[in-house]
Amino acid sequence: MDFMVFQYPMISVQACLDGILLGILFALIAYGMALQWGVMNIINIAQGDLVILGGYIAYFMYLYGIHPAWGVVVSPIIMFFVGIAIYKLVINKVVDRDLFISILATFGISILFMQLMNFAFGADVVLANSDYGTTMLFNSNVVLPNSKIFSAFISILFAICLVIYMKKSKLGRAIRATAQNARAAKILGVDTEKVYAATFGINAALCGVAGALISITFTIHPYMGLPYTIRSFMIVIVAGLGNLPGVAMSGMGLGVFEEFADYILGTEFRIGSVFLLLVLILVYRRFKLSRKREYLK
Amino acid sequence: MNRNNLILYIGILIFGIAAPFIFPAFKVQLSILCVLIVLATTWNIQGGEMGYNSFGNILFYGLGMYLCASVQVGMFFPLAEWTESGGEKTFVHTPAQFFQGMAVGLIVAAVVPTIVAGLIGYSILGLRGHYFAICTLGLGVAAGEISGGIEIIGAGQGFTTPPFPDVGSLDSRGEFFYFLSFFVLVLTFITVRVIYSTRFKLILNAIRDNEDKAEAMGIETMKYKIVGWMISAFFCGLAGGIMGGLVGYIDSTDVAFDGREMGVFMVLMAILGGKGTLWGPIIGATVFHIFKEGFWTFFLGWQYVALGVLIVVIVIYFPEGIMGWLREKYPERFGEVVDEKDRKAQVELK
Repeated sequence: MDFMVFQYPMISVQACLDGILLGILFALIAYGMALQWGVMNIINIAQGDLVILGGYIAYFMYLYGIHPAWGVVVSPIIMFFVGIAIYKLVINKVVDRDLFISILATFGISILFMQLMNFAFGADVVLANSDYGTTMLFNSNVVLPNSKIFSAFISILFAICLVIYMKKSKLGRAIRATAQNARAAKILGVDTEKVYAATFGINAALCGVAGALISITFTIHPYMGLPYTIRSFMIVIVAGLGNLPGVAMSGMGLGVFEEFADYILGTEFRIGSVFLLLVLILVYRRFKLSRKREYLK
Repeated sequence: MNRNNLILYIGILIFGIAAPFIFPAFKVQLSILCVLIVLATTWNIQGGEMGYNSFGNILFYGLGMYLCASVQVGMFFPLAEWTESGGEKTFVHTPAQFFQGMAVGLIVAAVVPTIVAGLIGYSILGLRGHYFAICTLGLGVAAGEISGGIEIIGAGQGFTTPPFPDVGSLDSRGEFFYFLSFFVLVLTFITVRVIYSTRFKLILNAIRDNEDKAEAMGIETMKYKIVGWMISAFFCGLAGGIMGGLVGYIDSTDVAFDGREMGVFMVLMAILGGKGTLWGPIIGATVFHIFKEGFWTFFLGWQYVALGVLIVVIVIYFPEGIMGWLREKYPERFGEVVDEKDRKAQVELK
């Protein structure tokens, strides 16, 4: 336990800003999860592994001498097709089945991806260096890497583009209609199979963007996927499906929580605290709901 | 229990006792098989009978593993120095100390997880469906991450369990662990067999089929859910304690709270065998273990890839499991009356 955060206010400011910038990234991943959950009723445990795979695409571009920021453009395109492939091979067989089946099937995909990435890219922690430098704030008491600001900016940009696309385009309307009532949408001539594939593809593309940004700002490792899945799941259940401002807010909240947990408990308990927070949130939710049920009685 | 069943059970019991002498080279594998069957059978109480798909039974398994080893060491030597020195180099258990420690350790390893299950049960088992699944997944991983940061039980560098003492013959270690795990297996089977023949099982099935209705019928579902989970925790803890001694080394995320391996295995074995049946998890665990040991060597290094593919294939194409398949093929053997006319009508409808 280390309470230095509270004695030096500048460290708190640093933690808050870091957390918010990190949280925007989490919110982007969570948005993808909310999308597929709302439309296809699927909880994708492999979400985090798609993120890491997207990160490795950017990292490889960096290795071949291309600036990793271009990964933000290339990675979603590749990931879109990876997503469609996963949908065609596995997900379309579990869409209208029990939710647990989808959890277990995507858990299998997650293990598969984890190990394939481990073979392909090695078990080292890697980072695509962007050379963006840093920004000093408050008499250089707070140091923010420009790459973090860049990643938050790009995440917001992609989120806004996606929201506009969902509102205006034909496919976006079809996706929203399917989310509301798949059967009715089918009757009215929406090809739901295609909509599902597109949704999963878009989700994978979002993961690709987030992964590319993570490889620039933080580090990636083949086994780091599951925490991202859990974070996005947590954000979605706190915010609710289809509540974008809520997703953004709870994403930032989670980011700030993590930074403070990192300072207070120590880095080795960071991931543990995320998972513990998930359990606490679910238990809180359960008691809140049960009170409502009693009230209804 | 009719006569045929009795003969079958006695036959299996005799085979179980004779197995280490028939296959002396596979003692360790047989003990692991026993542990796997225990895990799958107890998972089936939640996942199969109660409809609560838990990824979190690994929590009790890992807890039991750490507790048993800590008690075994802590009873005679300072625990912190043991883990720091990497174990056996400085301190040596005499045979009497080892067995005493193991006995007390196993009792603690069974009792504490049961209490933990009872304490957290009220909050966790109130969750439904996928929220329960994800929450228990989080519990297992959180336990692994947190125990990986605690110094006294070895933190990141792991915990060497006391080595088996020198009691004369070389085979005694394998035999000791085999009979210990076989004993736990028999205990588990008897417990499960007994509770499946009582009203308790019917209540669990009622919870699976429609929990709200069961509650409306006046069943205190929460009480039964917690008791079911405590039974699982008891045997998972025991299995973990034995496995810790058998493996000889405990690591927080790779051995004890190994959600990626053991945590998935128990779900997979139960589904492969057929969840919601008495024999399903046992058959599933046996088939899975034979497959794993037989083919893992061919996939050396690729075993997790194979595991991932296996999970997807079983879940998508084989969700009813072996028992479910047998049931569909030979319904008469399961005591179901098949009306030929009715079946033909259904076939025609399709």
